[in-house]
Amino acid sequence: MAIPFQFLIGLIFGLGLIVSGMSNPAKVLNFLDVGGIPAGTWDASLAFVMAGAVAVTFTGFKRVLKLARPYFAERFYLPTRSDIDPRIIAGPAIFGVGWGLAGFCPGPALTALGFGSVSAVIFVASMSAGMVLARFIAHLPSLTRFVTPADPLDT
Amino acid sequence: MVSTSFTPIASLVGGALIGLAAVLLMWATGRIAGVSGIAAGLFPPYEDRQFPGRVAFVAGLVAAPLLVRFVTGSLPAQTIEASPAILIVGGLLTGFGSVWGSGCTSGHGVCGLSRLSARSLVATITFMAAGMATVLVMRHWN
Repeated sequence: MAIPFQFLIGLIFGLGLIVSGMSNPAKVLNFLDVGGIPAGTWDASLAFVMAGAVAVTFTGFKRVLKLARPYFAERFYLPTRSDIDPRIIAGPAIFGVGWGLAGFCPGPALTALGFGSVSAVIFVASMSAGMVLARFIAHLPSLTRFVTPADPLDT
Repeated sequence: MVSTSFTPIASLVGGALIGLAAVLLMWATGRIAGVSGIAAGLFPPYEDRQFPGRVAFVAGLVAAPLLVRFVTGSLPAQTIEASPAILIVGGLLTGFGSVWGSGCTSGHGVCGLSRLSARSLVATITFMAAGMATVLVMRHWN
């Protein structure tokens, strides 16, 4: 049952991206465009997406994490790191530039595939290559001696 | 550039749905709903046995617009202005950076901030600032 349930969760996530406007790169770029504030073209909507998502997740996580274990798993897999290393700044800085160029972050890019756009296919193919490259470099022996390779699920 | 209208209510409701999905995934599998981590885990090396669940989650993301079109008969506006070259460079940076930094808008921005994680706060401020700086250069540099 866990697998169909995860499909349903992805579906709810995707509906949220569509309803909120996150699946429209033009809207994302107009939010990131703080230079458009004087001209009145700035679209503040995405701040409301974040507010709605964090409000529900903050209250929901508090309740769920009081449970002894998740419904389909033996334990909770929560990130434990709290150190601020170079990668936690370099990675998001690189990601942010990509986000600002095309207006897609990973979730909306995947949902955009279902819109049937060729642009989304190009972006997702390229994004996948970037992900594979990052994991490959993180697993190089010369690097793993110094830094622990991040579990992709670790935040 | 294409102008878009301010949609606070729809964005708040959509955001709440994203939050609901994050809470349900934690309740069901005990894992963070980070799309970059889930998507990156579709490719080898496979370090755990979560592959089928990740495929199902991503299939759900892709199926969402199909469901909207089936139910309402149309899809909301989606405007992609970037050229293929920009899409390729943007995609590479987005994929590389989100994995290198252990998360993206969902993992750090939604789940991490909700867990009051200092690492996620640093990550979120950084990618927002980098995104804003990039748009500033692309649109206003002349």
